[in-house]
Amino acid sequence: MNPWKNFSKGFIKENAVFVLFLGLCPTLGVTTSATNGLGMGLATTFVLVMSNLVVSLVKNLIPDKVRIPAFIVIIATFVTVVELVMKGYVPALFDALGLFIPLIVVNCVVLGRAEAFASKNTIWSSLVDGAGMGLGFTMALTVLGAVRELLGSGAFFGMKLISGDAMLLFILPPGAFLALGYLLVLANMIKEKTS
Amino acid sequence: MEYILIIISAVFISNIVLNQFLGICPFIGVSSKVETAIGMTGAVTFVMVIATLVTYLIYHSVLVPLDIVYMRTITFILVIASLVQLVEIILKKISPPLYQALGIFLPLITTNCAVLGVAVLAVQKDLNLLESTVFAIGNAIGFGLALITFSGIREQLDLLNVPKRMKGVPIAFIVAGLMALAFMGFAGIV
Repeated sequence: MNPWKNFSKGFIKENAVFVLFLGLCPTLGVTTSATNGLGMGLATTFVLVMSNLVVSLVKNLIPDKVRIPAFIVIIATFVTVVELVMKGYVPALFDALGLFIPLIVVNCVVLGRAEAFASKNTIWSSLVDGAGMGLGFTMALTVLGAVRELLGSGAFFGMKLISGDAMLLFILPPGAFLALGYLLVLANMIKEKTS
Repeated sequence: MEYILIIISAVFISNIVLNQFLGICPFIGVSSKVETAIGMTGAVTFVMVIATLVTYLIYHSVLVPLDIVYMRTITFILVIASLVQLVEIILKKISPPLYQALGIFLPLITTNCAVLGVAVLAVQKDLNLLESTVFAIGNAIGFGLALITFSGIREQLDLLNVPKRMKGVPIAFIVAGLMALAFMGFAGIV
């Protein structure tokens, strides 16, 4: 496959959140601000790229029957790396993301790419696929985080744009569902326009 | 009394799906029919309670004494994955009807973040063994309550004339948002 197409499919055509509806728990859980969304997205991207790399390296060594547990161990290893690194270098972000860092293990995007792509393709194209899907996921989380932050606290990446009260609801749990629902409607409209 | 509080707070106040955002994939994925929602709830309850028990024991009798708490994520997910397989094999042998009912949902549970999430939360909150079990039961009830009521609403939603671009998942999210809003009314009762 053409490397550029392989990379860019994760952004629009096969976007994990807006098109495939994968990895929705962190998408809703951590996007109270654009910064949190970006941080979570990049952490997931790291795990996705590294696990895709290792899975495509060892794909011929793993017996077919135990491939899923083997993939999970590989993914969990990189999640632990991310956990320790974030705890050490960005403790504030680590606290904000909380439970959702260990839960990257069960993010369907990561296991999905390992099973559907990296276990069947070359190392190079698996790397590109992981980076594309990961950055597409990051984009979705950052957009949702930015929308919720703007509506809920009148700020953008922590900079206060509107003084006074904002719609606090969008920072609270119901706001996550509502904001994502309307963003999906928007995504459908864009899809209709382009096709 | 303390245990009743744990259950009430897990079911209503910090509902695992509508407040903590765990298990959203099955919440959206298998909620189009009430029957499948009930099946999924049964399978999740089963695995969640056993998994929380087993991970609690392993955490406190292996990881903490050996001082390898950083292995928590890897250990827990492996325990859950093998537990799901084990439950599948045992059910197939001792109760074929139950296996038939839960069968297709069991493999999906390994990647249900609600199970791993509850196991991790139980050790993070420093609960004891009995409290952890009650906590898991409460969360399983909360998951079932959210999933089954939501699937009831979605069945009705199919009959409505929803704008074309909102059909399916977008309107499901908006309905879930309204449900979460209703659940916020429980905040502060404990």
